[in-house]
Amino acid sequence: MSETMQSAEPRVGVYVCHCGINIAAKVDIAAVVEFAKTLPYVIVVRDYKFMCSDPGQELLQQDIKELGLNRIVVASCSPLMHEATFRHATEAAGLNQFYFQMANIREHVSWVTADKALATRKSQALVSAAVRRVVLNEPLEHQKVPVKPNVLVVGGGIAGIHAALTLANAGKQVTLVEREPTIGGHMAKFDKTFPTLDCAACILTPKMSMVRSHPNITMLTYAEVVGVEGYVGNFTVKVKKKARYVHEELCVGCNECVEACVYKEGRFTDTFNEGLSKRKPVYMPFPQATPSVVLIDPESCIELKTGKCKKQCATACTRNAIDFTMTDEIVALEVGAIIIATGFQTFDATRIPQYGYGKFPNVYTSLEVERLVNASGPTGGEVQLRDGSTPKRVGIIHCVGSRDEKTNRHCSRVCCMYSLKLAHLIHERTDAEVYNLYIDMRTPGKGYEEFYDKLLKEGVNFIRGRAAEVTDWTVTPEEEGKLVIRAEDTLIGVVRRIPVDMVVLSVGLEAHADADEVRRLFNISCSKEGWFLERHPKLAPVSTFTDGIFIAGACQGPKDIPDTVAQAGAAVAEALALVDRGFVELEPNTAFITKELCSGCHTCIAMCPFSAIRYNKEAGVAEINPALCKGCGTCVAACPSGAAQQHLFTDEQIFQEIEGVLNYV
Amino acid sequence: MDEITRTVKYEADTDPHFAEEIAGIARGETLRACIQCGNCSGACPVSPYMDYTPRRIIAMTRAGFKREALSSTTIWLCASCYNCTVECPKQIRITDVMYALKQKAIKERLYPKRFPVAVLAREFSAAVRQFGRNSELWLIIYLYLKTNPFAMLKQSILGLRLFLQGRMGLKRERIPMGTGKKGDLQTIWNALDRADR
Amino acid sequence: MNHLYYPGCSLKSTGRAYEESLLAVCATLGVGLTELQDWNCCGATSYMAIDEVKAFALAARNLALAEEQGKVGPGTPTVDLVAPCAACYLVLAKAQHCLEENKEVGGKITAALAAAQLQYTGRVVMRHPLDLFTNALGLDAIKAQVTKPLTGLKVACYYGCQIVRPYATFDDQYHPMTMDHLVTALGGTPVDWPLKTRCCGGSLTGTVQEVGLRMSYHLLKEARKRGADVLLTACPLCQFNLECYQDPMKALFPDHEPLPVLYFTQLMGLALGLERARLGLQRLFVPFRQPVGV
Ligand SMILES: Cc1cc2nc3c(=O)[nH]c(=O)nc-3n(C[C@H](O)[C@H](O)[C@H](O)COP(=O)(O)OP(=O)(O)OC[C@H]3O[C@@H](n4cnc5c(N)ncnc54)[C@H](O)[C@@H]3O)c2cc1C
Ligand code: SF4
Ligand code: SF4
Ligand code: SF4
Ligand code: SF4
Repeated sequence: MSETMQSAEPRVGVYVCHCGINIAAKVDIAAVVEFAKTLPYVIVVRDYKFMCSDPGQELLQQDIKELGLNRIVVASCSPLMHEATFRHATEAAGLNQFYFQMANIREHVSWVTADKALATRKSQALVSAAVRRVVLNEPLEHQKVPVKPNVLVVGGGIAGIHAALTLANAGKQVTLVEREPTIGGHMAKFDKTFPTLDCAACILTPKMSMVRSHPNITMLTYAEVVGVEGYVGNFTVKVKKKARYVHEELCVGCNECVEACVYKEGRFTDTFNEGLSKRKPVYMPFPQATPSVVLIDPESCIELKTGKCKKQCATACTRNAIDFTMTDEIVALEVGAIIIATGFQTFDATRIPQYGYGKFPNVYTSLEVERLVNASGPTGGEVQLRDGSTPKRVGIIHCVGSRDEKTNRHCSRVCCMYSLKLAHLIHERTDAEVYNLYIDMRTPGKGYEEFYDKLLKEGVNFIRGRAAEVTDWTVTPEEEGKLVIRAEDTLIGVVRRIPVDMVVLSVGLEAHADADEVRRLFNISCSKEGWFLERHPKLAPVSTFTDGIFIAGACQGPKDIPDTVAQAGAAVAEALALVDRGFVELEPNTAFITKELCSGCHTCIAMCPFSAIRYNKEAGVAEINPALCKGCGTCVAACPSGAAQQHLFTDEQIFQEIEGVLNYV
Repeated sequence: MDEITRTVKYEADTDPHFAEEIAGIARGETLRACIQCGNCSGACPVSPYMDYTPRRIIAMTRAGFKREALSSTTIWLCASCYNCTVECPKQIRITDVMYALKQKAIKERLYPKRFPVAVLAREFSAAVRQFGRNSELWLIIYLYLKTNPFAMLKQSILGLRLFLQGRMGLKRERIPMGTGKKGDLQTIWNALDRADR
Repeated sequence: MNHLYYPGCSLKSTGRAYEESLLAVCATLGVGLTELQDWNCCGATSYMAIDEVKAFALAARNLALAEEQGKVGPGTPTVDLVAPCAACYLVLAKAQHCLEENKEVGGKITAALAAAQLQYTGRVVMRHPLDLFTNALGLDAIKAQVTKPLTGLKVACYYGCQIVRPYATFDDQYHPMTMDHLVTALGGTPVDWPLKTRCCGGSLTGTVQEVGLRMSYHLLKEARKRGADVLLTACPLCQFNLECYQDPMKALFPDHEPLPVLYFTQLMGLALGLERARLGLQRLFVPFRQPVGV
């Protein structure tokens, strides 16, 4: 690209696209072409059926070369769609790509305007604006910033585990941060997984120990990210490791200390077993916990609470792993990309009082029942009521905390399937009569409908109707001593009363209660329900609006394990694409500050949503870090001195664009 | 069953505006959002006696099955207990839809003949309109005269007992009507009637 | 403490004992109730079935009268209107909601009220006596005046449908407790039972008797089953349905056993040591003979 050509008098080429009939049916293309010919500096105007096609692009490239064009305007679709295409075409013809300007006459005109004459006029106005502004465009270059090769994965559920392993296998150094004392997430609590009914532990625990032993993975459990700074390719992350009071590198998980604790029996709620059993102050979360290291809970340990325990645990430990002086510690990491895989929480069933959870002992949540059917759970896999007896009749209520304006509006996607799974397991283990009360049966997945079919044939009862209540009000002799589920059997059109011994509430999946704090920490967005927001629901499902930060698994929305793992794989691919390239190209449409005009008032610094502006004490002015600036323009609008300006959006360019529209009108 | 009836419903037999009309009377109720979960029916204490469960009434209203909905016993058996309304996962105010259907049925004279609830509603409102207050004894007398005069004999024992216990008087409860003074109920009625026209 | 009091039609006839006991109890506790002058019928559930706007107008007139007689204005931002009948309470509260939320209905009614030189500006606070006693007065104040505690008396508190849903905010919709707490404060023992808010049948008992009777029968049966000696109501229609129809109920359900059904205010009165006649206890169909305060 020759200097002379770029500084010379502007020579504009305008290309009007038909977009098949998308634009042509509503906009009089010929009229727009004729009009464009009258605009200043315009050398050539052409129209074409599909400007984005190869021949379309060649059209403008040829003109650049043959007619010496140095500014290009394409009037077509949204820049989101094809700005990159035309910029590349421009660049390939030897012109700086920022000499290209797009006028959107599809989304902004033909698709939203009923009247053809008005649509044509509006297209002409937009072309006029684009031509006036492109004349002022300057050549800009993308800046390249190197990328750190390491990756951080937050959350050690199946999404995080899969992501960490895949990245590590690709040779990346990965740090996996998990809030709980063990990785595994929800999946570690299940006995079987739908629809294949393969044993959850058999497929998950090998992956967990691979994480533990992989040379490229550093696992930080019982830890949380507390600070994130930097930008794509260059994040500095602070992680707080909570004190376990047990040295991880010394403990071998022999459980001698647990045996020796002054508490002879477990006395404290075992959260891993969903409160169905008790544990001691020193405990191993569950037998396959990874890392296989015990920890001491400061809330219940006598020594940590009062300093007055015989500390039999410490005495019993032959490896001297127990250390009551341990404190929380902060670990700093430098990473190029971050994958967030923090998963979900289940709906709190007490929020629907008519189902009696917390009031009737034999009303369980699905997660509790997952523990009951689990061979390594509190009952060794026996499905038992609170009094130890075996239920003869069981009701499973779907959609608890899903599809409900008063709690969560969304469908939790996995509950129908896991309810079928639990129905099968309960029926198989107890021979009980099982009733599934569902609103709609949602089984869209490979082998899922077939699984439903299997359950139908197994003789599980299905009632289409949202349960209205679970009550201990009994009317007939066979209801005596039982819980009664009242619901309409909507397919028959009759209200039924189903007496059961056990009620299972299929609680929905919700975003974590702290989702908003986490999203702030990582500067990403979340929906109003708290699910982390993808950049585009179809075309960028694992990217976020913050470059270099990706999401995977149920933190993005309810999903089952197959989808979670697929998404984790996708997030890994995106992260690899970033770190393997080794550098990032930053968009040059960043803001900049003209030193001479800046009065050092700090206004912009507080306003910048990306913390891209620093105050330079020596010079007494503000400075923008182009690597952090996203080109939002906030500071430009805020600056009282007119010192802040933005490349590609200078005041003059914007005024010309406005004038282009207004002059026409 | 000795009689076989054909139950196909032709589009021409449905009223495509019925749903909007009812929604309008029920203050913009969103019954179109109903997912037919049946929670309303399950929560309803009277549903076992209704010819159509509340859920089916919503479905029929939405689909324009006007005659069926308006002549159902359901809307008259609804005791306005609001259980369905508080439980509906789509927050449809079913009780208000029932009220709207009752209003429509009375207007169109489509309710089950001699069905006492509809008559009660009519007699009640006529009395309140005239006297501003309601006297239970008179209401009951009218109700039975209009529906089932013989049943009144059975009820008279109850009435007598109430009378003896001082729980029912012969006096008509009323407030001054048509005085034209401040707060006159008749003036309010007249204003509303004018607005209706 | 002074409040305006809206009796509603039933408290003047079938529900007389409710009024008598309420007034007696309030007098003893130093709660002043001034009857709203010139009040009209609230419209109940029946008027809604005829014409909603007119039904709301009936309610609105009472609200407007309350604002006027309660002298709301500078210094008196709101006025409490006590409605003991559950149906009245609900209808008046519902009208308040509708007038606030629905401009169209609100506009029509404001205009009609204006014709009679009335206006309603949204400054009436609807209160049910249960709300009044437990929240405004406080259980401690009541407890202090109990002279004949209900020791050993097992009480099923029945709230019915309309005071807890959908507009009331003074108690839990699913497991209301105000009446239970009140009974405890009076020295009695509330029984835990599942039908506290299940509908008694409302006006169905008068119109479609077989349905209404069955609904009431189940309530009484369950209360008995849970060991209740007496069932308490907070609404004249509930009391009427549950008490006055026990004879026909017995005819239809031979296993029915009579159960006294009192207004909660009657039992309060007994615990406060008031005479039975002042509480309208002589008006019961199913007499309440159990001695209290022994
Ligand atoms: C009862 C039930 C049964 C189910 N059964 C099946 C089944 O049979 N088959 C199937 O395919 N799916 C099933 N599912 C769905 C399955 O649980 C999810 O698809 C899967 O767990 C999603 O994995 P995840 O890693 O995204 O989230 P999670 O499993 O929730 O893991 C997230 C991890 O992140 C950690 N974490 C959270 N916040 C932070 C933070 N701020 N910092 C660090 N770490 C954090 C958590 O402690 C957790 O370990 C079931 C779900 C339920 C509720
Ligand atoms: S210090 Fe005492 S209470 Fe704590 S874990 Fe050890 S033995 Fe148990
Ligand atoms: S550019 Fe303006 S707003 Fe920004 S720091 Fe300088 S003076 Fe303040
Ligand atoms: S509860 Fe609501 S959503 Fe469900 S069937 Fe009834 S009206 Fe429809
Ligand atoms: S309001 Fe009517 S329809 Fe709704 S639950 Fe009560 S009785 Fe049934």
